Formats: sequence, structure tokens, C-alpha cells
Amino acid sequence: MPHRWPTRRAVRVWERNLTVFRKYSLPSLIGPSIGEPLLYLLGLGFGLGTLVGTVGGLRYVEFVAPGMVMSSTMFAAAYECTYGAYVRMIHQRTYEAIITTPLSLEDVVAGDILWGASKGAFNGTVMLAVVGLFGLAPSPWTLAVPVIIALLAVLFACLSQVVAALAKSFEFFNYYLTLVITPMFLFCGVFFPLESLPRWAQGLARFLPLTYAVEATRALMRGRPSAQALLPILWLVPPTIVAFLLAARLVRRRLIH
Amino acid sequence: MPSVAISASRLTKRFGDRVAVDGVDFDVEVGECFGLLGPNGAGKTTTVRMIHAFTPITAGDLVVLGLRVDDEPVAVKRRLGVVPQEENLDPDLTPWENLMVFARYFDIPRAEARRRAADLLEFVGLTSRAASPLDELSGGMKRRLLIARALLNQPELLILDEPTTGLDPQARHLVWQRLRALKAQGVTQVLTTHYMDEAAQLCDRVALMDAGRILRQGRPADLIRAEVGEEVIEIRGDEALHRAAVAALDGKSLRWERAGDTLYCYCADGRELLPALSTLKPAHLLHRPASLEDLFLKVAGRSLQE
Repeated sequence: MPHRWPTRRAVRVWERNLTVFRKYSLPSLIGPSIGEPLLYLLGLGFGLGTLVGTVGGLRYVEFVAPGMVMSSTMFAAAYECTYGAYVRMIHQRTYEAIITTPLSLEDVVAGDILWGASKGAFNGTVMLAVVGLFGLAPSPWTLAVPVIIALLAVLFACLSQVVAALAKSFEFFNYYLTLVITPMFLFCGVFFPLESLPRWAQGLARFLPLTYAVEATRALMRGRPSAQALLPILWLVPPTIVAFLLAARLVRRRLIH
Repeated sequence: MPSVAISASRLTKRFGDRVAVDGVDFDVEVGECFGLLGPNGAGKTTTVRMIHAFTPITAGDLVVLGLRVDDEPVAVKRRLGVVPQEENLDPDLTPWENLMVFARYFDIPRAEARRRAADLLEFVGLTSRAASPLDELSGGMKRRLLIARALLNQPELLILDEPTTGLDPQARHLVWQRLRALKAQGVTQVLTTHYMDEAAQLCDRVALMDAGRILRQGRPADLIRAEVGEEVIEIRGDEALHRAAVAALDGKSLRWERAGDTLYCYCADGRELLPALSTLKPAHLLHRPASLEDLFLKVAGRSLQE
């Protein structure tokens, strides 16, 4: 079967989700996706930081801040495109309702991914603003961080949509969050430099997209935007495309019969 | 303007080894209400899902509103409305918001969408519920809201998959009235149902489906008259009573059939048979016009197929 590409009509799905979100916005804003990284930043950065001292010449809270921005992006996109997408796709049959209109299933999947990515990007940007207010991102290069936020948000929205398309129930998402998202949160250079890991574990971390996003963000926020730190960001793009195509195909296989 | 809204020939859908729709042929004329009848699993839903470009066709031809569904699904979907079997309204939105959000999928401008949403809520009798939380609506109200939603794009063809399944009698009759009003406005309708009385109430023509095939199609009255006869007498009792009844009929019934505790006698005019049968004093004796249900049971058989 030839692949069908989404059209501009995908934006209609994004608008639909915004309409629903605006009715219930507050709980999801102060929910886990911003609240949790903020607590980590305060607890680990300022609390644990007094024990750790400096990492690579940075105060610990300065070291942790870029990872908090990236992980809040990752978590928000992941939650929205697992739990949120699953509810719309399976429980509420929203996808089936929408594809009786001129929108195709690929439009719906793309629109839902765009929405999850937007939530991720929004949360990441709010975290970035918080980090900036704490004076933890002194460089003007920090203004370029939203580009990385956007790339990471789209990637995790696509990956999570794949998981939602495969999930048999909500319990399935525990595996994903515990075995995929949490290890990235812990081992991608958010809390400690990759060099602290054994060599084989460093090699593994080099396969994980969050690693590059965190390193590039740290370089920008500290005002050291080298090609070596920034270019690896492009490695986020191929898995994004693969995950999107896979998500669209899996959703089609699941819903269309 | 073409007179044929849907033309299906050798239309087939296979899921792996299972044939859900097995080479069916039918036409639906503009302005008519066409019913697909049959038990669960007959292939009715799969057939309508192919019509509204949800399920891809395995083989055969399907032209809807002059367009091949395979080639132009978006253009087809733009011109039809779908009332699904399973309610899929947005539970977080009010009826009004449901309609306004759905209107965007058709690129209906906001002012026009507001006008249509107000008119349609009025049409389905939900104006006073426009701002209610969705979970405060009854099953019948939700079904009517689904009908309103399906009409937002002013479709030429309305597809209804079991429009009254699970509704109480009042709600059913309200839905039927709205559907007849739409037909009077010239909206072509295709509906699936396993309620034969619903088909009799609404459909100009029906196709009886079973196991993926169309067994009969035509006007309900013509089909009934041709295959069942005009009238039916039901006699309930034991086998001895049935035998006595058959003897009493003495060949005057066109056809008779036993099913469990009931003997069905199909005839042109039951009045001439009734005197002989009443002398047997059966506990239950019913003389009634023949129905689509009799026809269906005759052509599809009475045994339960699972």
C-alpha cells in the first residue's frame, strides 16, 4: 500500500484539541509535565547541589537546568501522545468521527502529533523561562534553545504515538515510561556528565536522542555554541520521520477494517 | 443531475480469509431511503463503511455521487454525512461545541457554522440542551446530536449505521420522524438495521443481507407479496395441535411452516381459514399482515448462525 501523506487539514485536529484543552487547561498545566521537572530543579539543583559542588566548572543547579528544560519537553510530549492520544483514538473514537469528514487518518495522526509536540514545546519553553528567571541561562544564545525544544517535542510525540497505536491498555504506557522515557531522563546527561558512566554505557547513551538535545542546550545556555555540540541535533530528524511513518501505519492497521 | 446516488457492482471486502461482503450489486437512487437489512455479521456495516471511504474496497466497483470512492475519498466525504453505530461525540464538549468543532473539519466559516448549528439543534429538538454537559444527555439525545452533526455539511447522502439500536420507543419514533423529514427535503439515505419494523417505517427499498450476500432486494411490499403472501396466521401449541391445524387447512394455505411452538400459515386471505382454525381452540391465534420479518426468516432461515 502506498503511503498517504498528511495535508494541511491536520491543523483542524490541532485546533480541536486546543478547544478541549482550553476547557481543562489548569490541571494539565500544573500537572506532572511542568511541576515534576520544576521540583527536580529545585530539589536536586539547589538541594543536592550543595553537596555536589561544581560539575565541569558549573554550579550543580546550572548543570542540571538544561536537562530540566529538555526533560519537561520530553515528558509533556510523551504523556500527551500516549495517554491523550489513546483516549482519543480508542475510548472516545474521536479519530473515527473525524475521518468521516474530508480529513484522512494521516491528517488526524499528524494533527494529534502536532498537538502533543506543541504541548511538549510549550512546557519546555515555560521551563526555559523559569530557568532564565533563576539566572541559570546567562547567554543570549539561550534564545535559540526553542529550536531544539521543537525538534525534541516532535520526536517524542511521534515515538509516543507509535506506543499509543500498539497499546492494549493504559498499563502498556507504564512499560514505555519506565523502560524508555525514565532511563533517558536518568542516563542522557541530565543529572551527571556522560563521562561518569562506564564506557559501554556511554556508547548506549550516544544512541539516545535526549543526549544530544541536552548537550546542545547546555552549550547554548552557557554561550559555547560549537558545531561539535550543535550539529548532532540533526540526528533527531531521521528517527522522527521513521516514527511518524510507523505511527501512521500502525494507527491505520488498528482502526481501519 | 444524475439519478443514481450509489452504484455498487461486484463489491467485495475480504479480511484475510474471511469474506465480509461477497460481490454484492445494488444501486441507490437519488432521494430514496435504501435499507440494508440483516442479522449482526451480515456485512451491512462493512458495506456502508466502504461507501463512506472508511474501509478500502477489496474488489469490485463503487461509485458514490458520481465519484469512484477509491479514487476520490475526500471529494466523496465532503458531500456525505455519517451517523455511526457507536456514539463518538466529543465528551468534553457541549452539543453546541461539538457541532462548531465538527464544522471546522469541513472548512465551514464560523458565522455560517453558528447559523447551521442553531438550525440543526432546533431540527433535532436539542436547542434547550445546547450548552449542557454531554454526559447529561440521554442515549436518544446523543443519537439526535449525531444526526445533527452528520448534517452540518448539508450532505446529499446520509449514511446511518443502526440509527436506533438501543433507544427506547419514544426516542426511536423521534429519530424516525426526523429521518422522514430529511427524506422529504430530498436527502438520500442509506441505513442499516436489524429491526425489520424500522425498515418498513423508513425504507423505499431494501436489500436483505446475510453472510456477505444480498439475498433479495426491492420494495418491501413487493418482496413480501411475492415471497410470503399477503397475510400470516400464527398458531401456538403442541405438535398435535399443529397437525390438526394443517389438516384443517386442507391445502388452502399457500405455505405453512413450524418453528418451535408456533405454526405459521402464509395465505392470500386469512379470513377464509380462520373459522376452521378457531374450532381447534388454540391458546394463541394471531391473524396479521405479512411483514419484512416473515420475508427475512423465509429467505435467510430461522436458525441462528454464529
